[in-house]
Order: sequence, then C-alpha cells, then structure tokens
Amino acid sequence: MKRLSAFNVVSLTLGFAFLYIPMLILILFSFNESKLVTVWAGFSTKWYGELMQNEAMLQAAWVTVKVAVFSSTIATVLGTMAAYVMVRGGRFMGRTLFSGMIYAPLVMPEVITGLSLLLLFIGIGLDRGVLTIVLAHTTFAMCYVSVVVSSRLATFDRSLEEAALDLGCSQAQAFRLVTLPIIAPAVVSGWLLAFTLSLDDLVIASFTTGPAATTLPIKIFSAVRLGVSPEINALSTIMIGIVTVGVISASLISKRALVKQRREEQEAVRTA
Amino acid sequence: MRRFFLIAVPYVWLLALFLVPFIIVLKISLSDAAIARPPYVPQFEWAEGIRAFFAELDFENFTWLIEDDLYWKAYLSSLQIALTSTLLTLIVGYPIAYGMARAPEEWRPTLMMLVILPFWTSFLIRVYAWKGILSNEGFLNQFLMWTGLVSEPLQILNTTTAVYIGIVYTYLPFMILPIYAALERMDDSLIEAAEDLGCSRLSAFWLVTIPLSKGGIIAGCFLVFIPAMGEFVIPSLLGGSDTLMIGKVLWEEFFSNRDWPVASAVAVILLLILVVPIVLFQRNQQKEQEGDA
Repeated sequence: MKRLSAFNVVSLTLGFAFLYIPMLILILFSFNESKLVTVWAGFSTKWYGELMQNEAMLQAAWVTVKVAVFSSTIATVLGTMAAYVMVRGGRFMGRTLFSGMIYAPLVMPEVITGLSLLLLFIGIGLDRGVLTIVLAHTTFAMCYVSVVVSSRLATFDRSLEEAALDLGCSQAQAFRLVTLPIIAPAVVSGWLLAFTLSLDDLVIASFTTGPAATTLPIKIFSAVRLGVSPEINALSTIMIGIVTVGVISASLISKRALVKQRREEQEAVRTA
Repeated sequence: MRRFFLIAVPYVWLLALFLVPFIIVLKISLSDAAIARPPYVPQFEWAEGIRAFFAELDFENFTWLIEDDLYWKAYLSSLQIALTSTLLTLIVGYPIAYGMARAPEEWRPTLMMLVILPFWTSFLIRVYAWKGILSNEGFLNQFLMWTGLVSEPLQILNTTTAVYIGIVYTYLPFMILPIYAALERMDDSLIEAAEDLGCSRLSAFWLVTIPLSKGGIIAGCFLVFIPAMGEFVIPSLLGGSDTLMIGKVLWEEFFSNRDWPVASAVAVILLLILVVPIVLFQRNQQKEQEGDA
C-alpha cells in the first residue's frame, strides 16, 4: 500500500494552488464593479454585457471558430491518413523524410513556422486572410493528430483486421468496419486537440493573417499588451468555462466507455 | 493505387507547407534587404540553376548577426532564460508528479485531469492572468504588504523574474505528465527493498526513484526547454524592455523593422541551435519506447 506522506500532501496542495489560483483570481475580477482589475468594488456582470456589445470582439470570435472548425477537420483527415501510412504503410520512398516532417512541426518554435509560411504565401501571391490561417493551422495541427492516432494504431491488435480480411472484407471495408471504430476515440481526441490549438494560436495566426481576418487571440493580445481590462477577464472566464465543461464531460464519457468495454470483454470471456 | 493516394496526399501537403517554406526562409536569409514590397531582393532565381545558386550566396545577413551584439546577446539570454526556467519547472513539477504517483489509485484520474485542464485552457489567457497578479498594485504585492513582508510594492511585472514565473506556470503540465508517467510505472517494492537493505528514505529516493524516473525527467525538460527558447508571448506580455529573447527579436525585426532577410537569418540560427536538443529528445523518446517493449 502506498502511503501519502505529509510532504506529498503539501506538495500536491501547493502545486495545484499554484496552477489554479491565478485563474480563479482572473475569474473573480471579471465580476468586479470597478474598472480596476486589482481592487474589489462589488459584484457586477456589466463587463459581460459590454463584451456582448463589442462588435469587433464578436466578429473576431466568429473568425476564430470558423478557422478552428475548418483547420481541425482537414487536419484530422490528413493526420489520420499520415498516421495510417506511418504505422501500416510499410516501406516507401522518402519514409524518413515523411516521419521527420511529421515530428518537426511539434517542436518547431512558432515564430519560425509563422515566418516561413508567410514568406511562402507572399511568394506564391496568395492573399492573406481566413484561407491562409486555415492552411497554416492545418499544417501544424495534422502533425499532432497524426501522433495521437498513430500511438493508438500501434497498440491495437492487428489480428482483428486480419480476421476481417479473412472473413471476406475488402481492405476498405476492414478499415471502415474494424479499424476506424477502434481508433475513433483517438481520432476524436486528435480533432479536439487540433481545434484547441487553432483556437489558441496567436503567433502563427499573426504572421499568416491579413487585415481582413483578425482572430480572437490577436485581438486579446493587442488589448492586453496595453494593460489589464475587466472585459478581457470576462472573455477569459467564458473561455475557461467552455474548456472546463468540455474536458470534464470528455473524461466522463471516456470513463463510461472504458467501463462498458471492460464489461463486454468479461462477457465475451464468460461465454467463450 | 489507393495506397499511393494515401501516402501522396499528406506527403505533398507537408512538402508544400512545411519543407518548401523552410527553403524560402533559407533563401531570403541569403538575400539583400530593400525598401520595397516584398522588402527583399531575391539573391537568385530558381531557373538559373545550381551553379548560380552557389555563386551568388550572400552571407552578409549572418555576418551582420555576428557583428551587431544585440543578436548574440539575445541568443545567449534566451538560452539562459530557457535553461533556468526549465530547471525551476523541474523543481516545482517533480514533487507534484511524485505526490500524484503516490496518491491513492482512485484519486489519480482526477489529479491527472486537474493537471491537463490548464493545458487545454488558452495559453494567452494563462499568461494574461499573471499580469494582474504581478503588477505593482496587483494581488501578490497587496498580499506581501498585508503580511508586512515588504513595505513598498515590489517591481515584478516587466522584469525577467516575471518571465520565469510565466514560463514555469504555463509549461508546468509538460513537466509533470512525463515524470508522473515514469513514476507511476515504478514498482514500489524496489523502494522497500532498498530500505530493507539499509538505505535511508532519502538515499533510497536518490539511488532508486530518481534514476528510474530519469526518462521522464529528460522528456519533461526538453518539452519545456525547446518551446521556451523561441518563446514570444511570455516575454512580450510579462517581460520588460531589458528582457532579451530571440523570439521577440525575430518578431520585431519582421513586424517593426520590416527587415525580412535579417528576420530569416535569425530564424535559421535559432533552428540550428535547437537541432541539438531536438535530436537528443527524439533519441530519448526512442530509448523510452524500446524500454517499454
């Protein structure tokens, strides 16, 4: 039996306090009456009201969501293809270069990725706007998707696919009926990861956007550069709220799926 | 045919939007700056062929980087800030990962979720949160004055200290998760064996726990160090005018000075510096995976 010593308790408490207190303060001051973000002057929701009146902010939020939906969806398709090729593709010409190009964007400083893509877009004369941000986000997000999906592909039992093929499935049918349902959770988390990365990205979007398309992070960055403002706190609170609900429900769903899967496995063993 | 299509689509995408842009950066880093749109003079045309390519290469942007001490000072100070904050993150993160690994089994998924949750929350917002805390009238200074530890507010925001705090805070989950994964796999009976054989708890920790979590420590350090080196958001929101970081220099060279060739040269050198830790990181990951198998 493991024992949780006093030292463990203290380090966990301090650690989680460090992780969460800044966000709690941020949320608290979004409900502050005063414009000063440091002095408490009573409860108010007026900053949320002002946020809803802020046309430019809403416009930026819409652009951001649009970019995130498109780029994460394309990235999920391309990333899953890339993962399948990496794990099941066997040998082909330029495989090392391919895997290098998948892993490199994960560790590449964003300033370099952004700069290089901008230079490409200018080089080929593509007007910068929503399209260029989608292309840029898709490129780095597909690498994350491919890593998430390939780790799932690498661990699952290949004999299931082989059984389907033996029983007369075509390759495509085997993929659709056997492989895809098994890797589906990884594909979904890959999509979520890609979506979040796109929503969150400031640096690459700043390089690849044009005057017509301002995303929320760009807007937030230019506002907070000058100082703190309760309106940004209100916006942050909404975003933290969405993420919290999303993460908690995702973990509940995956927990339930795991329990169900275990039960089914036990059933199968019992009947066998 | 289907296999060809499956390989070709992601391959061509990455070639066109990852590799080709790099070659362009390299090309522009070897070009002359000009007051024009786009603001550089191409050093060669693709059509002229390989010979012309090598004949006309121009390293003056790179000699410029060496001669002007702003740049190498920025590289050195990024290196120093990234190394120090990686070490600080390790010191803060290890006890948390250790506590998580020793917590009762049924708590662990919740603790994991609590570590992952900030990672899904906007990076920009988490950095912004510290702006209000660290300012002169901020929460931290109010607290310190209330306890009587200081009589004057401390200047923390817009200093390098604030940058350290920002990096440790935002990258902490990247440090905790790999170390936790390594510690969780560890067999407790090893510690018991060490203690039975006469180790004190502390020496059992040094001689058994730390070496067994080495892979996780190394992975965590690289995951913090590599992005911290090119960091832009944290120094520009929390750092002061004396906080030099190369990501910020590149950004300003590009957006404020509009000197694209120099910005490209800065990027090329940054990448050359990062190649070493990136390769070491890949090797460590490979070793870890083989160790698992």
